[in-house]
Amino acid sequence: MRGYRALVSARFRALLQYRSAAIAGFGTQLFWGLIRIMIFEAFFLSSTLSQPMAQEDVITYIWLGQAFLVILPWNPDRELGQEIRSGGVSYELLRPLDLYFNWYSRSIALRTAPAMLRAIPMFIVAGLFFELQAPENFVAGLAFAASMVGMVMLSAAITSVLSISMMWTVSGDGITGLAPAVVAMFSGNIVPLPFFPDALQTVLRILPFSSLGDVQFRLYTGNLPVSELPLVFFHIFGWTLFFILLGRWMVARGVKRVVVQGG
Amino acid sequence: MSIFNTLYVYYRFLEISVRSQMQYRLSFVMLTFSHFLVTGIEFLGIWILFERFGSLKGWSLAEVALMYGIVSIAFSITDAVMRGFDMFGNMVKAGDFDRLLVRPRSTVLQLMGQELTLRRIGRFAQGFAVLIWAASTLNVDWSLAKIGLLLFAVFGGAALFAGLIVLQATLAFWSTESLEIMNTVTYGGVETTQYPVVVYREWFRNIFIYVVPLASAHYFPAVAIIGRTDALGTSTLFQYLSPLIGFAFFIACLQVWKFGVRHYMSTGS
Repeated sequence: MRGYRALVSARFRALLQYRSAAIAGFGTQLFWGLIRIMIFEAFFLSSTLSQPMAQEDVITYIWLGQAFLVILPWNPDRELGQEIRSGGVSYELLRPLDLYFNWYSRSIALRTAPAMLRAIPMFIVAGLFFELQAPENFVAGLAFAASMVGMVMLSAAITSVLSISMMWTVSGDGITGLAPAVVAMFSGNIVPLPFFPDALQTVLRILPFSSLGDVQFRLYTGNLPVSELPLVFFHIFGWTLFFILLGRWMVARGVKRVVVQGG
Repeated sequence: MSIFNTLYVYYRFLEISVRSQMQYRLSFVMLTFSHFLVTGIEFLGIWILFERFGSLKGWSLAEVALMYGIVSIAFSITDAVMRGFDMFGNMVKAGDFDRLLVRPRSTVLQLMGQELTLRRIGRFAQGFAVLIWAASTLNVDWSLAKIGLLLFAVFGGAALFAGLIVLQATLAFWSTESLEIMNTVTYGGVETTQYPVVVYREWFRNIFIYVVPLASAHYFPAVAIIGRTDALGTSTLFQYLSPLIGFAFFIACLQVWKFGVRHYMSTGS
């Protein structure tokens, strides 16, 4: 366990170095958030139909989505891809660590460090100027924080699967190319999930993506009552376990095919 | 150098680029297909909101789809043609731009000839499908003038986006650091113009009318095609001529580019 913890913190600190990328990303996400909010504002003004979320909750939901955008499992770990191609992966096999959890630890760092760099300024700016609200109440805030940990666990498990898939596909085509759009859409990053047609709600809730932001942000705003928390955790842990087992199975199969060429 | 010769050279560049991309046919098909789906999902988001709310400040889904289609097609054309400029930052960093300067052709021609990114057909096809759906759903009498205006708007929009990408490339002369901030006006512009500019707050709308005049390529022509009275009070004549602004913008950006080239100092690597 200590080995993995050291791995996470080493990667985490390494990734914190990418500050200029974070500044650019922050600017872009601020812009994106503003567009979405103005669109919703206009939609709310044009309709008297009752909506599944209040406008101020939608605004907070959008800002949280922008603040934590990079936690989403939208890309594989590119450095791992490099390692697989160059054969560096054979060094990893020599380490006294389980290969899968070695990579899973890296995924955790990949999902948290860049998010830290963006989330803090986003909370400050959006909180001061653009109507990002505080959590509904203290308990909702705690439920949000706990479920965010779950989001990172699940996202890292999906990221690992994407990374491991590079043992079979060399370039970024195939599923990894589709990942950003699918994840963004079905985690509620483009349109909050409650606005999707009612007929789709059950399916959306069952899919793993609803635990990648949607339930967390709705707990935060109080749109999802805290009493739902056990179900949320059940969903997160179920899918996390599924993706970890899938990843481990893929690694086991992939390693059999590794040919170390020497040199 | 005669214009015909320039066009011929450009044509030869493109021929080579197409042939090289066709060496990886399966990869090309998959990338194109995923591009189609990825951009299609954006439109799904718009549809979902219209399902919930019914209308957007008096605009229907089909009207919004017309604008979305114009912008999507325009941007896919730019994205395919301007790849060389898009990757220009790396070229400066590596010092490869020096090679272009010693050749007896203009830098613009050589950069545009770098690549014709065929997989952008994915976005093009998606935008085209949305446009056709909008055109047949809207109660518009498609006269020759309106079809002409539609094409004019698409190319005006493509020219405007091309201008933005040239500006982004020009920045690389002064800063080799991340230029992603320009993405807010290119990709952000595409995102913004999925909806009519009048639905935004005034300060924000004015940016896309006066500073980055994307409204000239999608909003004003679309208003004329649909036959609405413009909430901003422009005349029909202006609406028909407004795509010209896109071309003017492109020419202006090329002047900035030329200024940048004159002040270029190689990294020497």
